Amino acid sequence: MTDPALARALLTDMIRVRRMEEKCAEMYSAGKIRGFLHLYVGEEAVAAGSLRVLGPEDAVVATYREHAHALLRGLPMTAIMAEMFGKQEGCSGGRGGSMHLFDAGRRFYGGNAIVAAGLPMATGLAFADKQLGRNRVSACYFGEGAIAEGAFHESMNMAELWQLPVLFCCENNRYAMGTAIDRELSQLDLTAKAGSYRVPALSADGMDVTACHDAMGEAVEHIRTRGGPFFLEFRTYRFRPHSMFDPELYRDKDEVAKWREHDPIVTFTERCLAEGLLGPQDVEAIEQAAAAEVAEAVDYAEAGTLESVDTLTRDVMTPAS
Amino acid sequence: MKTTYRSAVHDAIADAMRADDRVLLLGEDVGRYGGTYAASKGLLEEFGPQRILDTPLSELGFVGIGIGAALNGLRPIVEVMTVNFSLLALDQIVNTAAALRHMSGGQFSVPLVVRMATGAGRQLAAQHSHSLENWYAHIPGITVLAPATVADAYGMLRTALTSPDPVIVFEHVGLYNTAADLDSLIPTEIGRAALRRNGSDATIITYGGCLPKAMDAAERLAQDGIDCDVIDLRVLRPLDDATIMESVRKTHRVVVVDETWHTGSLAGEISARIVEQAFYELDAPIGRVCTVEVPIPYAKHLEEAALPQPEKIVSAVRALFGDTGRAGAGDG
Repeated sequence: MTDPALARALLTDMIRVRRMEEKCAEMYSAGKIRGFLHLYVGEEAVAAGSLRVLGPEDAVVATYREHAHALLRGLPMTAIMAEMFGKQEGCSGGRGGSMHLFDAGRRFYGGNAIVAAGLPMATGLAFADKQLGRNRVSACYFGEGAIAEGAFHESMNMAELWQLPVLFCCENNRYAMGTAIDRELSQLDLTAKAGSYRVPALSADGMDVTACHDAMGEAVEHIRTRGGPFFLEFRTYRFRPHSMFDPELYRDKDEVAKWREHDPIVTFTERCLAEGLLGPQDVEAIEQAAAAEVAEAVDYAEAGTLESVDTLTRDVMTPAS
Repeated sequence: MKTTYRSAVHDAIADAMRADDRVLLLGEDVGRYGGTYAASKGLLEEFGPQRILDTPLSELGFVGIGIGAALNGLRPIVEVMTVNFSLLALDQIVNTAAALRHMSGGQFSVPLVVRMATGAGRQLAAQHSHSLENWYAHIPGITVLAPATVADAYGMLRTALTSPDPVIVFEHVGLYNTAADLDSLIPTEIGRAALRRNGSDATIITYGGCLPKAMDAAERLAQDGIDCDVIDLRVLRPLDDATIMESVRKTHRVVVVDETWHTGSLAGEISARIVEQAFYELDAPIGRVCTVEVPIPYAKHLEEAALPQPEKIVSAVRALFGDTGRAGAGDG
């Protein structure tokens, strides 16, 4: 890697996500955020490396572990934090919460909390683009747990059968909640699964932000020039529990500690410093900016207002015009 | 002009596709096969494989594709062969299509129409004959239609395709061959129930495949001097309470006829609404004619015994008048 501007951008993205989510955990403990809260800590390189490859005309569909994807798709941290606080200034008006962040203007189709349910939707978005002659990519993020669902197989099959421009981004963090990948999948080579549907596939080191960036670039380029779907596996790891309710009985602390040695932010920072792409003052500036952004987001969420219960049934059906 | 229910569905799809390039049909065997119930016969030839899409047997997947396509500028009609098979797609319909607008704070509406056959009467046994309209009518965020006439088979589907939100259309298998003399087929509204027969002694409330049975029962009852209103609900969600209560206030006696099972049936919901809104208008307990609590059997006599039939409706209406059995003018 030789581009300091890109290095700075990638590191900035990862640090913004990490600091935002650390604050989310704190706000959860303080009772400001409730419900389920699924943190992405450890996996930041995937969203940071991949999302910036997409253009504003492309679409993004994500899972319930989607704070990073929302933020890096361009949603203001203020609107994300306000959503988690249940305030009407939130990006889903307080109706969605942590698992259902949306932004129509940025073509961010959410926060889907049914495992694999976003895959058919993304395939349908791509179907419409192909039908209407638009050269756009619909990127769908999901965990390796989704691969056991029928929706994965049905979507992969139809995407290839009809040559739809959908990018399947599998964030393989090795655990479907608490079930390790080798306890849930007979075939651990996920690209082989894509291959069985004739979908071109790549596997990338999801702890290395530049590897994620490069793989995403290749996949998007393939779709834009050749049409048809693409499957990308990002091999990553979740440092924190599945959600705030998870006592982590299913994995050893040693295993987590070993993966933490590959912390994508720490390793990339060291690399940037060693290669002279960034100086210590650059890293410090990134941290300071992220801290200020997080503080502003919390202030905004705190100052946000609660919707009146008089409008409880709003947004169930489209109002008659 | 004699038109069948089947050809009305066909013409609604064809006319909608001619009028709007965004409309397309996808589902199992809708193209080359012509549709399981032949409702889409010939459409592939007119509109081509870009707009009439045979899908793999992937109900969950292709309903979800319909949702994504609807979100991104198209007006898909998804055909799911029968309501039994729609259970494979229930997640996409309930957890995504119906919920998306709400959980996105009003940002994403899903203008998707899902058509499916429903109901029994053709000896197709327990995995092709069920009526589960009430499951869908339970769900906020979708509109549920049950056209029972040829005019509505055309008209409601056309209007459903102008809805900004998901619409589920139930076509009872027993109706496809029914026919009517109609000068023209036109879009019909999808908000109100319809009074199909005007009487003064009792109200029969029904929808879909049970409408012809209810009309038959009403004619038999009329011969004995019991003159019935017959309400065709047409729209199962949202229910048209006003039309129901207006009739109850006129006749004071009600039987609800519904091909779903008694337990948790739409008939139960309608009965509750009448009790809530017009209890003091009632001169007799509300009667229900629903399907006997058994998976639909294959043998013809058993299937018939399980389902609402005109005789059962006649008996239920008579029971509203107690042991003396007869109601004449002014007796209500």
